[in-house]
Amino acid sequence: MPINYYIFLSVALFCIGIVGVLTRRNAIIVFMCIELMLNAVNLLLVAFSKMHHMKALAADVASTAGTDGQLFVFFIMVVAAAEVSVGLAIIVMMYRNIHSVDINFLNRLKH
Amino acid sequence: MNNVLNIVYLIPLLPFIGFLINGLGRKWLPKSAVGIIGSGVILGSFLLSVWVFFQVKGGNTHTADYFNFLSVGSLTIPFAFQIDQLSSIFLLIITGVGFLIHVYSTSYMHDETKEHFGRYFAYLNLFVFFMLLLVMGANYVIMFMGWEGVGLSSYLLIGYWFKNKSYNKAASKAFVMNRIGDLAFLIALFWIIGKINTVSFSEVFSAASISKFSATDITGITLLLFIGATGKSAQIPLYTWLPDAMAGPTPVSALIHAATMVTAGIYMIARSNILYSLSEVTMTVVAITGLLTAVLAATIALKQNDIKKVLAYSTVSQLGYMVLAMGLGAYTAGVFHVMTHAFFKALLFLGAGSVIHAMGGVQDIRYMGGLSGKIKITFITFLIACIAIAGIPPFSGFFSKDAILLAAWQKSPVIYVIALLGALLTAFYMFRLLFITFTGKFRGTEEQKHHLHESPSAMTIPLIILAILSVVGGFIGIPNVIMQGGDKLAAFLQPVIATNGEAHHVAASTEFMLMGLSTALVILAIVAAWYMFRNYQYKESKGLGKVLENKWYVDEMYDAAVVNPLKKFGNFLKNVIEKSGIDGVVNGAGRLVQYGSRQFRLLQSGQTGSYILLMVLSMVIIFIIQFFLRK
Amino acid sequence: MIAVLLILIPLITGLATFFIRNDKLVKAWSLFATVITLAVSISGIWLVKDAKYLEHHGTWLQILGSSFSVKLDALGQLLCLLTAIGYFLIFTATWKNVYSKSYNFYGLMLLALSGLMGVYLAMDALLLYFFWELTLIPVYFLCSQWGGERRIAVTFKFFVYTFLGSILMLVGILYLQSKTADHSFSIKSFYELQTTLSKGDQSWLFWLFFIAFAVKMPIFPFHTWQPDTYQQSPTSTTMVLSGLMVKMGLLGLIRWLVPILSIGAEMWSYTVIPLALIGLIYASLIALRLSDMKLIIAYSSIAHVALMCVAVFASNEIAMQGVLLQMFNHGINIIGMWMVADMIEKRTGTTKFSGLGGLAQKAPTMAIFFVIISLANIALPLTNGFAGEFLMFTGIMKIHSPYYLWFTIAACAGVVLGAAYTLRMVRKIFYGELSTEVTGFEDVSLNEKLALSLVVILILVLGIYPQAILNMTDSFSKDFIERINIIQFLPSKTGI
Repeated sequence: MPINYYIFLSVALFCIGIVGVLTRRNAIIVFMCIELMLNAVNLLLVAFSKMHHMKALAADVASTAGTDGQLFVFFIMVVAAAEVSVGLAIIVMMYRNIHSVDINFLNRLKH
Repeated sequence: MNNVLNIVYLIPLLPFIGFLINGLGRKWLPKSAVGIIGSGVILGSFLLSVWVFFQVKGGNTHTADYFNFLSVGSLTIPFAFQIDQLSSIFLLIITGVGFLIHVYSTSYMHDETKEHFGRYFAYLNLFVFFMLLLVMGANYVIMFMGWEGVGLSSYLLIGYWFKNKSYNKAASKAFVMNRIGDLAFLIALFWIIGKINTVSFSEVFSAASISKFSATDITGITLLLFIGATGKSAQIPLYTWLPDAMAGPTPVSALIHAATMVTAGIYMIARSNILYSLSEVTMTVVAITGLLTAVLAATIALKQNDIKKVLAYSTVSQLGYMVLAMGLGAYTAGVFHVMTHAFFKALLFLGAGSVIHAMGGVQDIRYMGGLSGKIKITFITFLIACIAIAGIPPFSGFFSKDAILLAAWQKSPVIYVIALLGALLTAFYMFRLLFITFTGKFRGTEEQKHHLHESPSAMTIPLIILAILSVVGGFIGIPNVIMQGGDKLAAFLQPVIATNGEAHHVAASTEFMLMGLSTALVILAIVAAWYMFRNYQYKESKGLGKVLENKWYVDEMYDAAVVNPLKKFGNFLKNVIEKSGIDGVVNGAGRLVQYGSRQFRLLQSGQTGSYILLMVLSMVIIFIIQFFLRK
Repeated sequence: MIAVLLILIPLITGLATFFIRNDKLVKAWSLFATVITLAVSISGIWLVKDAKYLEHHGTWLQILGSSFSVKLDALGQLLCLLTAIGYFLIFTATWKNVYSKSYNFYGLMLLALSGLMGVYLAMDALLLYFFWELTLIPVYFLCSQWGGERRIAVTFKFFVYTFLGSILMLVGILYLQSKTADHSFSIKSFYELQTTLSKGDQSWLFWLFFIAFAVKMPIFPFHTWQPDTYQQSPTSTTMVLSGLMVKMGLLGLIRWLVPILSIGAEMWSYTVIPLALIGLIYASLIALRLSDMKLIIAYSSIAHVALMCVAVFASNEIAMQGVLLQMFNHGINIIGMWMVADMIEKRTGTTKFSGLGGLAQKAPTMAIFFVIISLANIALPLTNGFAGEFLMFTGIMKIHSPYYLWFTIAACAGVVLGAAYTLRMVRKIFYGELSTEVTGFEDVSLNEKLALSLVVILILVLGIYPQAILNMTDSFSKDFIERINIIQFLPSKTGI
């Protein structure tokens, strides 16, 4: 498939993610949107990796071009996992204190 | 060069040592010691001056160079003394009259405590030191040192009784007015340095240097020097300090404000006569200033009621005559009048001091009268001085004043008439003073009447000596028409005052006529004064008399025109510009920063949502800049 | 060697002072330290003839291009001598003053001395900046801990204002360093920039440096920190600020600004000179209407420094000799005046005219000393002030500008006003009736008499024989003028 389709899909997912982060009040929804953004980036990386690989194969049969994209996806997934675990832990603590996951209550950073 | 005159540094050094001893030891030395040391050093200087005079008369003139005062690049200013005819004459006057006044002071000031007595003599010696520096200096800078130094001594002595606020104000006024004149003097100095890179008299007056000056240079320099002289010698417009300076002790007025310091300006012009003669403009300015001052001061003196103020204005007027003489090119006549004026004016002041002493401190002549019987010596010497100042032959004042009048006639009859008018006024107000003070009925209290007594001999002997000098002092300057070769002074000063030899265009008969005219009119004036004041009763002045009594309101004019606007401007600067203007800017900058930071702080809302929004916005902006705006 | 000693001795003794707990010992120790510093500086001027003992080049921040290079040249000798004598005078005159935690006070004073020495001797721009800021820190603490009522706000303003100026200087230094051939901060490399730096560059660089020095000196209109600071800080510190730290600004002009940015200086001198003269008259007029002795002395200091600044930009040998002489004279004279102000404040608790008057009746000796020092301040002949001002005026009269006469008249007018306000101050404090507020005013004590006598002796000796200092600085002035005249020989001075 032409690479454009992958780009459009990825950008669309990313924008939905951003809008979600900015406008939603529920902390868990915000997290899901962050995950959405990360996965959009993953998608794009894999797509481009495949594209470069295909191009390289046409020139030389045993090349390994384009694998770095897929490697980077693993990094992103690891970071996402770590971030989600820490973030969800914070949300649980927050819920225990104020019995809500509304992010507008998180204005104590000022003091 | 080993000239015997190299020891002339002793002449100013002796008074300086007297200053140090009396000043540092004033708490411990008894008054007699202070008086002896103070007068003794002046006597020493006088004897040395006499010796110097005879050296110079024998032809030995010399410039004694001691060390380099300032030496920068090509400019060298040595600390050097110039001994020639002009300076030797002034040395004699200063030390001679100074010595007499020191002796007088030992008695006049004996009421002071030991410490203040010592302080007085220290200051007086310091003054003589500076005055000697002034007349002995071999270049304008040393002269200026003496010039400012005598201003300082004058300040210290006017404010001698420092508990009195108005005396202190008078002292400050004298110093600051002098300073204004000094400003002009300094600029003239710098001008000279700028043109010929030296200030020594011998080099400045040499033909080589003169050729380097342009006409505007000479006019500018001489005018500026003259402005300095108006400050020091109390001419229009810087004369108002002199009457106020009468706040000081009377011997101080005699020495500083009559005989010596105020003649510094005359000395300076006489010294620079070569430069002055080259500038017509300056000479005119000098002559007119002198003439105006002479007449103005004489009119004011007509109506003053303080014995010392009359004498003060008389001094200003006589100085005007000396300045007039300078402006007419009759330098020797001016110097001659300096000498005779020193004699009779010092005598007048010391006599006034004697009167004040007899009256127990009262200076207002409206409370005096009929003193001639009680204080005979004072009266007789005062009378002699009045005759001398009026200019009646053969007293000294006649010869010197007549020389000036003759020069005036040669220049223009108009100047002569005005100067003659001034002379008549002089005779009139002086004899008014004499008659009000000494004749008629005594107008004071009974207590004062009992207190009247003649002064001790320490005071009367200087009076007698000065009286003798006032009588015979004129005989060194007898004009040629009376006795051929009689003008010994002019002959003596010939090497220094070169341009004196304007051939006398005046016929002998005219000269005799002028002399006779002036003498006759003066005698008339004296008779008029006798008629008006022999039985004096005080009357309130009205109209012109009131204006004269208030000194033509000149002081008030100065206050309104110069002093108060300056004060207001200073206040304006202090309160408005300093506080609101500049400091306002500085503090405003600080306040601006505080305001700005307060606004910025509002970004820190603590809301996570807004933080994330800001992050996203910034990323978008960076993205745009990075990819689309940078090529 | 000598140069390093001059910096190290106050530094080490100062640090040691922080640990001494006995009041009397602290004062004795500090005085001893200044005596040693004085001895070293005197030996540096007259005893050590071999030039290599007067300088030192050590490694410091080589990676930035900066080395620890200090040297005792003529200007440095003069200022170090002044500073050493000044400190000796300060400690002697304030011997009887009581300070809480005096070990801190004297330690900080000695540290400030060390910083001052460093500024005068530094031959490396970054080192200069380092010491420049180093002097600021002890002074900040001195003013804020032992000062008057409004000390916190005033010291803060002083610190920020001066620091702002120094930052500008730092920017300039860094820029100059980037332009040097060997990327070093040493003064030799900077001097080489004199001819290579473009005219446009020199123009704005001049203002960067000049504003820094103008704030320090201070020059109108950057002077507003000064009167309050001088009034609020303890008088010993004011003496240091007024008599010694002011010379830092002048040193900056003479050693760092004019020789390097000569073209810029020439371009802007006809702006700077009128500015300084306006400041001179402005400060004098204000001083005429003030009624606090400390403020009057502060404004008179502004007036004097403005005159010196004008003379530096007059660019001729006579003016330069005058400035160098007057730097020494002004330091001594103004320290003398502050000494008397301190004495009066210690005895009556105030320096305002409303609380004083007629003091000469109780303390005639103090009055005489003060009158002599005031006369030196207004440049009476036979005092040191006259020689310096005479030379400066002669130099100003030689400025190559169609307005040279106006400059001279303005400067002389400042002198006349100086006489007016100084005599007014003397009259209001010492003469007249004894004020009812003053009771039991003691005359000068022994240590005060000693310090004041030393000041008066210096005034008179330098007044009669100013050649003593002029001979010392003669070759320096000649070199300075030669250096700034090099630009006259450049092929084209416009748009290099």
